[in-house]
Amino acid sequence: MKKSKIDDPFKEARETKGFGTMNDQNDPVTMILGHKDVRKCAHNWKTFQSGGDEIGRIVVPSEVHIRDTRQIPFEVDPPQHKSYRDLVEPWFKRPLEEAYQEKLTDIINIIVDEALTKGSMEVVSEFALKLQSRALTLLLNIPFEESELWISWGTHVFRSEDTALDGDKANVLYDYIDAQIDKAIANPGDDLYSKLLASEIDGKTLTKEEVKGVLILTFAGGRDTVINAITNTIAYFADNPQALQQLRDQPEHLNSAIEELLRYYSPLTQMGRVVAEDTQVCEHAVKAQSRISMCWASANRDERVFENPNEVVLDRKVNPHVAFGFGTHNCLGATHARQILRILLNTLTQKVGCMQITAAKENIEDLDEFNRKVGFDSLQVAFHKL
Amino acid sequence: MKTITFITSDNDIIETQANFGSLMELAVKNKVKGIDGDCGGVCSCATCHVHVNQEFWNAVGGPSELESDMLEFDDNVSDYSRLSCQLKVSQVPDGLILKVAK
Ligand code: FES
Repeated sequence: MKKSKIDDPFKEARETKGFGTMNDQNDPVTMILGHKDVRKCAHNWKTFQSGGDEIGRIVVPSEVHIRDTRQIPFEVDPPQHKSYRDLVEPWFKRPLEEAYQEKLTDIINIIVDEALTKGSMEVVSEFALKLQSRALTLLLNIPFEESELWISWGTHVFRSEDTALDGDKANVLYDYIDAQIDKAIANPGDDLYSKLLASEIDGKTLTKEEVKGVLILTFAGGRDTVINAITNTIAYFADNPQALQQLRDQPEHLNSAIEELLRYYSPLTQMGRVVAEDTQVCEHAVKAQSRISMCWASANRDERVFENPNEVVLDRKVNPHVAFGFGTHNCLGATHARQILRILLNTLTQKVGCMQITAAKENIEDLDEFNRKVGFDSLQVAFHKL
Repeated sequence: MKTITFITSDNDIIETQANFGSLMELAVKNKVKGIDGDCGGVCSCATCHVHVNQEFWNAVGGPSELESDMLEFDDNVSDYSRLSCQLKVSQVPDGLILKVAK
């Protein structure tokens, strides 16, 4: 079997009842599995809330015990959500600017060249982590060297070898962000910290806590997800060298290829909401104050929407995937993530002849009723020049 | 060459010309405000939502099932809503007028 393959563990439950259940630290989650139901719930922010009193509860696994800073705009509901989102949105659209793309191209070129020179590389820690960290300096608009520190933290900020949620490790990130905010107050510049500190919402300047909330989201939301997207992309083209050739011959399929890889790999499996009132999903009663999750990974394999859902069809034209979520809270970092993938794919088609996976350790998420492979803990790949 | 006109929510009138491609691509190229085309035209973002001018509706035609599912959840939907990435220049009438939904 191809190493790059990711199965759909949700199929049966999706088809028979439409939902699954998982126990997350004794706070159960009803997982919504169908494409239409997932979009319906994501759209209905009044019944399925992100704001909630308990900070970190919509994340699965829950972060209630390791975080008390509200992530912004992610853990805020409309109408307040809009003010925050409008404030940060233009900043997160900067990856559309040419100068940004040039810098990102340099970053990616260096890493791909390094892989080709070395000939073989462990992709998760030496390629994806580095790429993600270096690209993040562009998103924050801070000096490139800062990425060295983040790389030294390893691939998981919240996770150590034996626990999915590691409070001490999370504190490293939170303390770091506090220190960076203080630095920006003392010495304002053109970076995201300074920009937020100088911003107002409804006539009030943002508090340090609010700025921290945006930054935690930026750091945490774009780490595992981007690392998985990069690693899975490399694995896919290593397993399917003809696909790399296909994109070389038909670069007009680049965009649909990226969207299709996002659909198939769904780097974020699910996202939760807190139920505001007694209601039902898939004819199943859910109680006020309980949690549901929208399982993007399952929705993206729904055969009622996608023909051959378990195959990567690089030129899939109509592809209403929800890999970046859906509705009000759709992924703020999507523009940055798409740009990374676009330039990565471009660079691979220009420089890499073929790649081979020589060793792999899968990263399997334990979701109680389901086990889902989300990517790799490690992936050794041999790179060959074009 | 066809002439296609976009009207933004600020009532800016942007007249564009093209032979091929999608109307979303055309709008993005001409920097039509309110059309972002985030997903590049695969029907997954709805950031290319337009209202087709009523008199052209029959000539343009309605959305496919997947497209209307997408529109169902978008703000400002009307009976004349379409995702402009799903409309090809080659298949729409010359002189078409569209209103940006956002
Ligand atoms: S560009 Fe994304 S749906 Fe049309």
